[in-house]
Amino acid sequence: MSEVQLMKGNEAIAEAAIRAGCQGYFGYPITPQSEILEYLTDEGRKRGMVVLQAESEVASINMVYGASGAGARVMTSSSSPGISLMQEGISYIACAELPCLIVNINRGGPGLGTIQPSQGDYFQSTKGGGHGDYRLIVLAPASVQEMADFVYDAFDLADKYRNPVMILADGALGQMMEKVEFKKYNPADHIPPKPWATVGKTRDRERNFLTSLHIQPEKMEQINLALQEKYRTITRNETRSESIETDDADYILVGYGLAARIAHRAVEIAREKGIRVGLLRPITLWPFPYGRVQELATKAKGILVIEMNAGQMVEDVRLGVEGRVPVKFYGRMGGIIPSPDEVVHALESMIHQPVEANVEEY
Amino acid sequence: METALAHTDIEMMDCVYEKPDTLTDQRFHYCPGCGHGVAHRVLMEVIDELGIQEQTIGVAPVGCSVFAYHYMNVDMQEAAHGRASAVATGIKRMHPDKYVYTYQGDGDLAAIGTAETIHTANRGENILVVFINNAIYGMTGGQMAPTTLLGMKTSTSPAGRTIETAGFPIKITEMVAMLPGVYYVARTSVHTPNAVRQLKKALTKAFQYQKQGKGTCFVEVVSNCPSGWKMTPLQANKWMEENMFPVFPPGEIKVPKN
Repeated sequence: MSEVQLMKGNEAIAEAAIRAGCQGYFGYPITPQSEILEYLTDEGRKRGMVVLQAESEVASINMVYGASGAGARVMTSSSSPGISLMQEGISYIACAELPCLIVNINRGGPGLGTIQPSQGDYFQSTKGGGHGDYRLIVLAPASVQEMADFVYDAFDLADKYRNPVMILADGALGQMMEKVEFKKYNPADHIPPKPWATVGKTRDRERNFLTSLHIQPEKMEQINLALQEKYRTITRNETRSESIETDDADYILVGYGLAARIAHRAVEIAREKGIRVGLLRPITLWPFPYGRVQELATKAKGILVIEMNAGQMVEDVRLGVEGRVPVKFYGRMGGIIPSPDEVVHALESMIHQPVEANVEEY
Repeated sequence: METALAHTDIEMMDCVYEKPDTLTDQRFHYCPGCGHGVAHRVLMEVIDELGIQEQTIGVAPVGCSVFAYHYMNVDMQEAAHGRASAVATGIKRMHPDKYVYTYQGDGDLAAIGTAETIHTANRGENILVVFINNAIYGMTGGQMAPTTLLGMKTSTSPAGRTIETAGFPIKITEMVAMLPGVYYVARTSVHTPNAVRQLKKALTKAFQYQKQGKGTCFVEVVSNCPSGWKMTPLQANKWMEENMFPVFPPGEIKVPKN
């Protein structure tokens, strides 16, 4: 089972989904993630998966709702504009507590934007996105290997908490080829029974119905309280991050996904120059690793957040830092990927011209 | 609050009709004279008589019948507004051996959900779509619907619907019937015993065709809305016959060629 392959990130997600026992995929073509739909149409169907190209992302996410509600392990994927179209359905899925995987291969926005990679959907992914108080578990892979590995985790977390899980990557991670190894995974050992699913009311039980409508405010408040309790449990149990060379670090870079890869290289270059710098890479963007940020902020002189957007995750970093040290931001937008040298330059300017206030730099 | 009726003793020996097990004990919230209650009962009677309660999954819409799952004693999912047929597609694709139906009003099916309605039918999804057309948004208080008749007054067409501002009442049932993936299309009503019998026949056929894997079956029920139309139930039914039927004529619209 452990053969090493060279694959695109999108293909790795698709292959992992088949191996994770995904039974249904509903999607609509959009660059830069169409390979997921194409791979599953071919390979997924051959291996017994239901794969349907829907008429829109609106239809896709509602098909996911129906299929998940009927007890199946299911997913969809899209890129930014398509994910925007899905937000209504995602809100319903979150409230009806249906497990599913939603993959967003983030491209540059706003609007139709560009097909080039971006991290401009951080707010949308981690702060709700649709209407009402709900959360997605958001996993941010930084390599093709993680594109595969996080698929298994995403499905398992979705089933464990009856909650939609998003894999948030960007167009570069979706398109780039790297080696990937698929782990041994037997879906039967992971997929729990789903007694709540609508599969036909048998004589021995009451009917199952799945809804997000609770018109009595007292009841709707209880539903919300239960959701918030679940989100607190997820926060306690599932917050994940990676720390690289942070033990002796005077300065901390914070980045996720592709930006973390770039920041990691910047750490290497800066250390060669004698700057003691480390990297914090949030892996779960929700729940966000505020605690880890707080720990590092007590030891560091300054924090530099690197994102491929106008500064979104930096707000969460500042919430964790709580003003203890300056937090500076460096980002590129519109599908431009920052280089490691740019990041080192931003770090050096931060060191040599310490900022009093929070400053964004592009 | 219990009504006097609830305490009326009915001698079982006089009982000539019972509600089927496929309806729950929940009392309908529908307005007096509304067609939803009868349409629910007929649909559930058919499921009961065909003995397919355990194999049936329903999808409720947004609109007056948003609480259909409180009354229909089968497994059900509540869909977002207009998305019932996409939700039904998801269910049916994962469980092709089960019976799946949607129950939708005109605003849900023929305005906000038009794309889902047309494409589900065009794929020939092997499901039943039950379409309640009363030419008005009842749940939100009587606004103009896609099927509102020309000249008909609603809260958003107070001087009557005009072609200039709102176009024509959409004949989505005829549109759906044109699609090759659609196997059977009928239009009935529920305001007379004969109409109820026609509906029952149509729904029975539709489930039988679904069992045979024939494709999408689409049954429209031309109905009333005494509250939204601001009429008594009797006036509403008369108005429906005189005004709705010329635009939405009852009958079988697409039947299998044998």
